Amino acid sequence: MSTETTPGGAYIHNIGYRHYDGPRLGRAYARRSLFSQSLRGAYGLGRSAKSKVLPMLLFAVMCMPAGIMVAVTMFTKASSLPIGYTRYAIYLQAVIGLYLASQAPQSVSRDLRFKTIPLYFSRPIERVDYVVAKFAAMASALFILTAAPLVILYVGALLGKLDFVDQTKGFGQGLVCVALLSVLFAGIGLVVSALTPRRGFGVAAVIAVLTIPYGAVSAIQGIASLQGSEPAVGWLGLFSPITLVDGVQATFLGGTSSFPNGLEPTTGAGFVYLLVSLLVIAGCYGLLMRRYRKAGL
Amino acid sequence: MPGATTFEHVTVIVTESLTKRYPRVTALDRLSVDIAPGVTGLVGANGAGKSTLIKILLGLAPATEGTAHVLGLDVTKDGSTIRERVGYMPEHDCLPPDVSATEFVVHMARMAGLPPTAARERTADTLRHVGLYEERYRPIGGYSTGMKQRVKLAQALVHDPQLVFLDEPTNGLDPVGRDEMLGLIRRVHTDFGISVLVTSHLLGELERTCDHVVVVDGGKLLRSSSTTEFTKVTTSLAVEVTDTDAHPDGTGALRAALAAAGAAVTTGAPGAEGLASPGHVLFVEATGDETYDLVRDTVAGLGLGLVRMEQRRHQIAEVFRDADAQAAVGAPAQAGGAPADRDATAGQNTDRPTTVGGGNAG
Repeated sequence: MSTETTPGGAYIHNIGYRHYDGPRLGRAYARRSLFSQSLRGAYGLGRSAKSKVLPMLLFAVMCMPAGIMVAVTMFTKASSLPIGYTRYAIYLQAVIGLYLASQAPQSVSRDLRFKTIPLYFSRPIERVDYVVAKFAAMASALFILTAAPLVILYVGALLGKLDFVDQTKGFGQGLVCVALLSVLFAGIGLVVSALTPRRGFGVAAVIAVLTIPYGAVSAIQGIASLQGSEPAVGWLGLFSPITLVDGVQATFLGGTSSFPNGLEPTTGAGFVYLLVSLLVIAGCYGLLMRRYRKAGL
Repeated sequence: MPGATTFEHVTVIVTESLTKRYPRVTALDRLSVDIAPGVTGLVGANGAGKSTLIKILLGLAPATEGTAHVLGLDVTKDGSTIRERVGYMPEHDCLPPDVSATEFVVHMARMAGLPPTAARERTADTLRHVGLYEERYRPIGGYSTGMKQRVKLAQALVHDPQLVFLDEPTNGLDPVGRDEMLGLIRRVHTDFGISVLVTSHLLGELERTCDHVVVVDGGKLLRSSSTTEFTKVTTSLAVEVTDTDAHPDGTGALRAALAAAGAAVTTGAPGAEGLASPGHVLFVEATGDETYDLVRDTVAGLGLGLVRMEQRRHQIAEVFRDADAQAAVGAPAQAGGAPADRDATAGQNTDRPTTVGGGNAG
């Protein structure tokens, strides 16, 4: 240790290099840290002020209709909410899509583009930790986005003295629905974004993957419905992410579907919907693992 | 191997006939090296297998054959533990431009397993040690190349590793930045007590920094010896003189005079074929300060103008040419022999007594 004295009489201590002999918390801690950093990042926390604007704005847009509905329900003294818990996210799918398109590339493309990945993999965490942390963070961010308005609806409904049992059941079903939607969308969004290190392409690709199949499925469902082939309408819903979730919630979670004429898939078809959803989630996980096999170092 | 510098029980890296084959190429070919604590240079041309070696030592790629131990841990079994105790600075850019150095290094410290408070303290310390002060709060995007290299070094040191791998840390730096970085690397060992494995394709810059140099080519070990041993044998002076009326062929006259004075002089690069190279550059084997004096005095004595006299920068190619000649120099039979005859013996003696761990020479 050397000590220098400044003209003012103050001391500057040069304590040299100090070794670290505190705890090293290892893989699980690093994975948790990456998860929380990514989750915070998905709302712009810990990032620049500019990057907070869009996620916060979308969060507000997502919650606002819920607030309005609660106000209307209270004012009109209606006996139920104008829209079911499970349908809410389906109605606002465009907002969810925008949020995913803006945040999923932010979460994974940056590390690819700036080649930060090798720095992660030269540390205790492994590929599976990175993928699990990013996947879980994105799904959690979407869950926060989609569950918050449900909480508003539920609290509003209880304050409006609507039937407690009904509302709690609906709220629970709604949470299950948005949980499935969050995991499914997070998987799709991350896989698409991880394909390109360019953030702009990622944003466009995520929007395309969410909207083009939905548009196509809706159009063909409409045609099928006009021609009277109703079974086809049910099966067509398997081919776009949002109609997939719609099918599951309509079958199992007591909601009504947005399919033409309010058609609902049969219970058998519902199981297929659920199975396909889970397969897509597993497939996304597999693709992400595959993607990062090459990306390290 | 009497006198070999790594003939100790303390080693940070040991590889035993380490081989890595990709479908098309063999990146590492039965590489056996022992690396002791200190600063070790890993030299090789692009594609010589340096990065592959680092990847295997970090436990990120399995070796096709052979074993490797880092800090006494097996790379195939204890990769995660090894990575907790070593640092890695990649060759390429790896910094996101939109965060500050502090935020980035804190994040990387946590990824290495440091608790949040410790991560902050270590980040502040480490950034100060690598020479980043107020600018560490600004986004990295606005940094110069030299500052970015410092951040890259800081993230490799922030968790206080026992060993760091630095992949081409002087890439893209100007001469001043290069010197600063080399000084910093030296301090990582002398002041911080952290062993360093640093790669480069320039032998010249490593010989100032490293205690030990390992040369690989085509995945094979070419040489592994202490730096002093290296420079002693390979240093040569490039001398260029003008012609004068008294000596129309100044180069020839100087050559004759120097040879008469007992210096080993060639007109080509050491070990190169053909003595009649077209240039007017003489290469004088430097045995010490007296060689510089001898050249100066001889040039002055002949009345020639000295255009330049410089220590030649050692390119990797030289080591290839010298590889076989080294064996001859190390052999006792060479004692007293004129080093200028090295060309004649080159290629005949493939035994390399000075090569450490070089069981794969054949």
